Amino acid sequence: MPPRMLPEPTPETSHFWEGALRGELLLQRNRQTGEAYFPPRPFCPKTGSRDVEVFRASGKAVLWSYVINQRPRPDMGTEPYAIAVVKLEEGPTMMTNIVGCPQTPEALQLDMPLEVVFEKMSDTIALPFFKPAGA
Amino acid sequence: MKPKSVAVVGAAETTKMGKIPDVSVIGLHADAALNAMADAGLTPADIDGVATAGISPVELAHYLGIVPTYADGTQVGGCSFMLHVRHAAAAINAGLAKTILITHGESGRSRVGAGGFPRSPASLSGQFEMPFGPAGPPTMFTVPVLRYLKTYGLSVEDLAQVAVIQREWAAKNPRASFKDPITIDDVLNADMIAWPFTKLMCCLVTDGGGALILTSADRAKDFPQKPVYVLGTGESVETPMVSQMYDFTSSTAFKVSGKKAFETAGISHADVDHLMIYDAFAHLPLYGLEDLGFVKPGEAAAFIRERNTAIGGKLPLNTNGGGLSYMHSGMYGMYALQESVRQMRGIAPAQVPGAKISVSHGVGGMFAASGTIIFSNEAP
Repeated sequence: MPPRMLPEPTPETSHFWEGALRGELLLQRNRQTGEAYFPPRPFCPKTGSRDVEVFRASGKAVLWSYVINQRPRPDMGTEPYAIAVVKLEEGPTMMTNIVGCPQTPEALQLDMPLEVVFEKMSDTIALPFFKPAGA
Repeated sequence: MKPKSVAVVGAAETTKMGKIPDVSVIGLHADAALNAMADAGLTPADIDGVATAGISPVELAHYLGIVPTYADGTQVGGCSFMLHVRHAAAAINAGLAKTILITHGESGRSRVGAGGFPRSPASLSGQFEMPFGPAGPPTMFTVPVLRYLKTYGLSVEDLAQVAVIQREWAAKNPRASFKDPITIDDVLNADMIAWPFTKLMCCLVTDGGGALILTSADRAKDFPQKPVYVLGTGESVETPMVSQMYDFTSSTAFKVSGKKAFETAGISHADVDHLMIYDAFAHLPLYGLEDLGFVKPGEAAAFIRERNTAIGGKLPLNTNGGGLSYMHSGMYGMYALQESVRQMRGIAPAQVPGAKISVSHGVGGMFAASGTIIFSNEAP
């Protein structure tokens, strides 16, 4: 199996990946409005303000939408897997995989509560996955 | 006639369509371009503006021996050609060029001389989507759909219905890739690609191309073909990451583009006789009908189920069979435009009797971009 496709952090995103390596889900928010956003960038996409800060998100989310890929990408193994989007408690959506749960429509119900878990993939990268809350 | 009107005076697809292993990408562009020039009674020396996507307008111009005063390389995916038409209309009115050629060619199936679409692992999509296993459009464009279905209480059968009715249109089109009738069960029982999407809810992968030639409406009357006038245009872009759509039940880019096109055309939805909505996957016509304002949010599935978009319905939709049954080389927007032009010329295989206004609506990327062109065969 070829090595899994992994992100290459940039100066604007490195804090996110450093946080992931420590097991922290980091978002950013506008310090004036408090609105959180994702993916990382050094300004608020709603207002253009550079007065933003990084903060640790709760890691809680709900399953927002997904597909179950029946033709796995070579680096993803041989079994079908869900490509999911979760809606974080703080508002933003993010793509992820759902772990600790069968990859079936029956097990993957929209709006089910989830929580973040990190899986170390290399010396510098841990990927944020989500598992059913309390599982 | 309104001042500053622009018209299509040349339109053609590639000589062959479907599987063309003996022609490269640039060759498909050129074949379509030469066919469109023949249609308009022109040669490359008459063209002073070029626009294309997939390859660079430099490659196109030099290959055809054109030395243009205008070049547009806007590349936002499959609706790039709608944006090219819009920009060409503005350019003609601004005096940047008089006769603009827009081409598409793609060896989607045979991959002859075709490039790839690498995503840098440092791009935002490369960092925040690709690590989670997307394997091309069937696993990305489809991601928002379960949320859409749940929001409006719809089912997978509602997606299947789209493919069934478009196959009925394709049966009337001799050039369509697939013409045999299908049922909802056929669609649901087809190979599963990315649950809930089966193969028959996904577009074809074929080879082909198309080209358009535009000029000012006052010159258009001197050309051999009946002019097809550009009444209104719109465009927008939204996100390079499907996971970051503003709303999973609606395309913001569709809404912005469609609204602008209807406003500039000065028409209402009731005036529309024929509609093309780029259908890379079965959910696109649902989003399109709603976001363009033909029906209210959540009503498109019932509108299609009640056969309003089918043969004999009040709003014939994707009358060539669409990307699901006609052809889809990768950037299908050009074929939607071609079918609108055929309908306005009165020469479509599944001609809508008496059609006077056609809307051609495209999507680019995975809900990344949008372009809308409103055509008429009556001078504005």
